[in-house]
Amino acid sequence: MQQGNFLFQAFIYLLAAVVSVPVAKRLGLGSVLGYLLAGVIMGPFILGFIGDEGQDIMHFAEFGVVMMLFLIGLELQPAKLWRLRIPILGLGGAQVGVTTLVFTPVGIALGLPWQASLAIGLALALSSTALVMQSLAEKNLTKTIGGRNAFSVLLFQDIAVIPILAILPLLAPSNVVESLPGNSFSWIESFPFWAKTLVVIGVFAGFFFIGKYLIRPLFHVIAKTRLTEIFTAAALLLIIGTALLMTKIGVSPALGAFMAGVMLAQSEYRHELETNILPFKGLLLGLFFISVGASLNLRLLTAEPILVFSLVGALIVLKFIILMVIGRIFKMKADSTLLFAFSLAQGGEFAFILLSFALQNNVIPSEVVEILIAVTVITMLLTPVFMLINERLIQPRFGTKEKEDEVDESGIEKNSVIIAGFGNMGSVVGRFLQANGVKATFLDIDADNVELLRKLGIKVYYGDASRRSLLQAAGAEEAELLIITLNDLDKTLAIVDTVHKYFPHLTILSRASGWESVYDIIDAGVHDVYRENFDSALHMGKDALIKLGFRAFQVSRASKRFAKHDKMALYEFAKTRHDHNSHLNKIRTHFEELEKLIQREQEDKHQHKNLDWDTLSRVTEQKQLARKK
Amino acid sequence: MKPRILILFAHPAFEKSRVNRVLIQNLASMEGITFRDLYQEYPDFDIHVPNEKALLEAHELLVFHYPMYWYSTPSLIKEYLDLVLEHGWAYGMKGNALQGKYMMHVITTGAQEKTYGKAGSNHFTIRQLLAPMEQTASLCKMHFLPPFVVYGSLLKTEQEIDAFRHDLELLYHAFLDKVIDFEKAAKVSCLNSLIPELKK
Repeated sequence: MQQGNFLFQAFIYLLAAVVSVPVAKRLGLGSVLGYLLAGVIMGPFILGFIGDEGQDIMHFAEFGVVMMLFLIGLELQPAKLWRLRIPILGLGGAQVGVTTLVFTPVGIALGLPWQASLAIGLALALSSTALVMQSLAEKNLTKTIGGRNAFSVLLFQDIAVIPILAILPLLAPSNVVESLPGNSFSWIESFPFWAKTLVVIGVFAGFFFIGKYLIRPLFHVIAKTRLTEIFTAAALLLIIGTALLMTKIGVSPALGAFMAGVMLAQSEYRHELETNILPFKGLLLGLFFISVGASLNLRLLTAEPILVFSLVGALIVLKFIILMVIGRIFKMKADSTLLFAFSLAQGGEFAFILLSFALQNNVIPSEVVEILIAVTVITMLLTPVFMLINERLIQPRFGTKEKEDEVDESGIEKNSVIIAGFGNMGSVVGRFLQANGVKATFLDIDADNVELLRKLGIKVYYGDASRRSLLQAAGAEEAELLIITLNDLDKTLAIVDTVHKYFPHLTILSRASGWESVYDIIDAGVHDVYRENFDSALHMGKDALIKLGFRAFQVSRASKRFAKHDKMALYEFAKTRHDHNSHLNKIRTHFEELEKLIQREQEDKHQHKNLDWDTLSRVTEQKQLARKK
Repeated sequence: MKPRILILFAHPAFEKSRVNRVLIQNLASMEGITFRDLYQEYPDFDIHVPNEKALLEAHELLVFHYPMYWYSTPSLIKEYLDLVLEHGWAYGMKGNALQGKYMMHVITTGAQEKTYGKAGSNHFTIRQLLAPMEQTASLCKMHFLPPFVVYGSLLKTEQEIDAFRHDLELLYHAFLDKVIDFEKAAKVSCLNSLIPELKK
């Protein structure tokens, strides 16, 4: 099956992506796992569509990681990066250091020389930036404390690769120093250490100036041509150029790209760059994951299943425990620590590079490297599964324990209003009530958020508002109103369910995000539902009309009428939407509904709007009277 | 010091207006006049009382300018009176903020002049219909001036409307230049009847 035909290969890889990712998504597994499994299935041991060239493709596809870090850099302005210095150096340093210190003796105990053990410890201490960041982004977790700390550690690991690559040759017993993997030799290989450092610092400083004084005008000129493909070409050129330069001075291309991204984070072309690079990054990362899956040596797995799987178990368990301990030492809340530990407990793509580099330098024997690469691939395959288990099975339970640690339920003050969720929406509702002398009891499920708000003197209680005991403790029996401001549909429905069962006297006002969830919440039975962006959208529309010269009062009345009709229609549609079961019918009714709405608005225009303070009929009458005389 | 005029204009459907559109067209830019378009200012009826009080204090003539609806003002003016004319400020033992100022109404009506009066279908004169306003001014220790009225606005031609605009502006100039004979003015039923004399 191995044809040198480029198009055939492209066809196979794209087909794998197009088939496996939607299936994986549909099953709730996330795209990364989809790519990885597709790689395993297409790989040399099952279908055989991907053969030995998988390795080359992996090297090529690693460029996706470089692009991803460039994009991450674009999101991080230098000031933000500076604020992250403590997690990066502290958490990252602790993770790499402790993991290496734990793994090295394990290697020695298994009968390897200390040099090989240390090299293995360093290689396996690193996690997979590509896998973790992609999974976190897909689950919308990059901005959480756990997600941010995981990113900090990954960033430290990317930096740590540079000194590790420098150390590895020194561990070789025969002292045969070879160049970096591939053909990428460093210009400054022969320089003493201080000179190398100076060059690296010099290059980064140069980058800063180039970014500020050269790249921006250059992009300006390119943007003026209004040819999108040239802009894309320039963006790719920038990244590839950076990667090449970084390789030449012995810095990891990913780290270099990240720094380049940070330098450009403040430029006005940030979004332009982002949208141009994004598809390349996605495809290359997908390719990368497929090739990781394809490189899983199933023959080795069947030959030595016990050895491989016990190593996999040891690697995951040890890394997990170390991450949990570090997380707790750095005072992360238990739920964040779990996310942090589950996402980073695997070997990563750097292990492939470092292990093969160590092999070239005769630090580690080839049979060991082969096993370790298989182990790394399996841990990468398992990570999305563990993250899924954490998300689905562990996190939901977690609310309970944390809350009992944090607050004494009897201490919660009782108010007539309970607000579930103290975010954008809950805080505004709460402030408005407070301004009118009504106190509310706040419940929130994000432990870090709760702690922060408590520091600001706002009484927010930690806990899962769908639990009967917490609602009871918050005074649900005496309260009149429950306001749900979560943007999590499942949780909202769970809360409504609990309230119907145990506190049926409560009036429920609920936030809804998205077209479908509005209906689900109405069906669940709440007294009113509030579409999160509806009011601000309508307000925007009002201001737009006023800017166009419409009278403010006319616009005000029109918007109120629109809102009323829209809401009526919403409830009407909610009633009728179950008449059609098939998906196609649903879509058709959706369009019909929209049309109905628009039609109704138009009828409205003829029937009512012109009748407001209308003078037409009176003018006609007066004209008739005048004629009679 | 020259007196100043505060015009509170209220038209809920100004986008359809033909007569008032012309009547007010120069007022905002006239010296000595503060022109406020109330429905534009407060489309949601959320009248800012402190601001409005400060404005009233800074002017000598208060003009309510509106099309007449059901023998009265548009509802926003009623809301304005309800909220702004506070006890202890506008009226009451210590309520002297408006004392000695003048109140005047500029009104457009759909119906013809002859319908206002005993014989007509509207039975009362505009001046009679303004009784609540007159009493409001009186309680606030203000001088009440007869209204400036444009009757039968529905059928007015453009030239006629423009003539009314001219008359109204003349009246405002007369007030600003202190040439109005207030004793005489108090006796007429409509300020329109002062215009011929002012034109001289």
